[in-house]
Amino acid sequence: MAMKDVIVDYVKDEYLEEGDETEIDENTPLISGGIVDSFSMVSLKMFLERKYKISIPDEKATTEAFDTVASIMKLVKEYAPDAE
Amino acid sequence: MTYSSEARDSYQRELSRMHEGGLFKEERYIHSPQGVEVDVEFPSGSPPKPVINFCANNYLGLSSHPDVVEAARKGLDERGYGMSSVRFICGTQDIHRELENKLTKFLETEDTILFPSCMDANAGFFEAVLTKDDVMIADRLVHASLIDGMRLCSAQRDSYKHSDMKHLESKLEQYKDARFRMVITDGVFSMDGDIAKLDEICELADKYDAMVMVDDSHATGFMGKHGKGTHEHCGVLGRIDAITTTLGKALGGASGGCVSGRKELVEMCRQRARPYLFSNTMPPVIVSAANAVIDLISRTTERRDKLEANTKYFRENMTAAGFDIREGVHPIVPIMLYNAKLAQDMARDLFDEGIYVIGFFFPVVPKGQARIRVQLSAAHEKEHLDKAIAAFTKIGRKYDILGKGKKEIIDMYGL
Ligand SMILES: Cc1ncc(COP(=O)(O)O)c(C=O)c1O
Repeated sequence: MAMKDVIVDYVKDEYLEEGDETEIDENTPLISGGIVDSFSMVSLKMFLERKYKISIPDEKATTEAFDTVASIMKLVKEYAPDAE
Repeated sequence: MTYSSEARDSYQRELSRMHEGGLFKEERYIHSPQGVEVDVEFPSGSPPKPVINFCANNYLGLSSHPDVVEAARKGLDERGYGMSSVRFICGTQDIHRELENKLTKFLETEDTILFPSCMDANAGFFEAVLTKDDVMIADRLVHASLIDGMRLCSAQRDSYKHSDMKHLESKLEQYKDARFRMVITDGVFSMDGDIAKLDEICELADKYDAMVMVDDSHATGFMGKHGKGTHEHCGVLGRIDAITTTLGKALGGASGGCVSGRKELVEMCRQRARPYLFSNTMPPVIVSAANAVIDLISRTTERRDKLEANTKYFRENMTAAGFDIREGVHPIVPIMLYNAKLAQDMARDLFDEGIYVIGFFFPVVPKGQARIRVQLSAAHEKEHLDKAIAAFTKIGRKYDILGKGKKEIIDMYGL
């Protein structure tokens, strides 16, 4: 599955309440939009690290870097250049 | 000493942004003791206006209760004003330990340690008892002070969807190889007044060998038949490993907090919790009054019973009047309005009617869930409640929201 879909699916599963139909695409603001809070962001970071076998330094895991699926993909690709 | 114009401009810009975003908080000056009837100066500079208070955490009506004030005075006379010391140097009087023992007995735990506040208890607890080999799994809606406390601790942290037991279970499963797991929740969540499923949480904790930590600030003194808190309400007395709570709400409302639970956890706090070690002890006046509060609520359940009756009466009548309120049994009653401006406008109009309530909106509550939060007290008499219901009905009619649900209110006012 493409990275974008992997991340979107995880975000929906992990952060939306059951029955919440909010659409999420590459540019949906996740943290500034109130979908993911900065505290709960850690589980997304850990998921990415496990899934792509990378380690994202804490200072790179900012709320800006995690604010959209697009920016998250950019971050992941810094550490996993071959991931699609 | 260089407060540059650049620094000043930058702060001023940020403050104006808060103003523009409607996030700027302003204090309202109360010219009377805390209670059901208070004189409020608002806006600043206007003559104090008598209003009925529906936004204090004065659940048991003890904030200015004569017996409590008298006990404070006695504390002042017999033990003085200040201690000028942290607890472990020369800041512990007999009455401090007496209060810890009383709380232990009342909460049915093993031991208790006082902190300057519950914020401090939450800030100190995790770091004192957990290490990087452990994991903290918190409900997503826990209070800010728990989040700060977890941030100060080196243990791994994760969270589960609000009160979602399936999600919690999957997290417990995910971390089954950690040294210790700790599930962390508020007993009662302060924005919705909903209650943690402590019975199910304890079952899962048993199954996955996890500790349970509960912040019971909005429950101690009145939830459960004897007012012991959410653990009594949910039938899990003795099964919560650590409870933090505050003396700043139902229990007299002055200040102070504690960690109460397994004796080793409490002892670890005494040895390691930084707000305990490095901040001054609670003043004798407050400790003395708090002792009287615990005596009073241990002797009779009269006040929590009246609060329960008030809650039931208010909830039933507001529902009958056509308001969309979050169901529940807690004296926090969220009147759902969804739209932030509507919540602010209605709160202002209610203040003009002599009813002191506050509107809450994003980021304090999730987007699109603006509301007025009413908080009931054992000190409210039926006349106070009836006045509030009448004022709400009048203002609700003005905005034409009576009998309307979420969808209709959003259709009228937007999100
Ligand atoms: C759930 C919860 N925990 C902790 C606190 C902080 O308590 P204190 O005022 O004793 O620091 C509050 C109060 O706002 C609270 O609502």
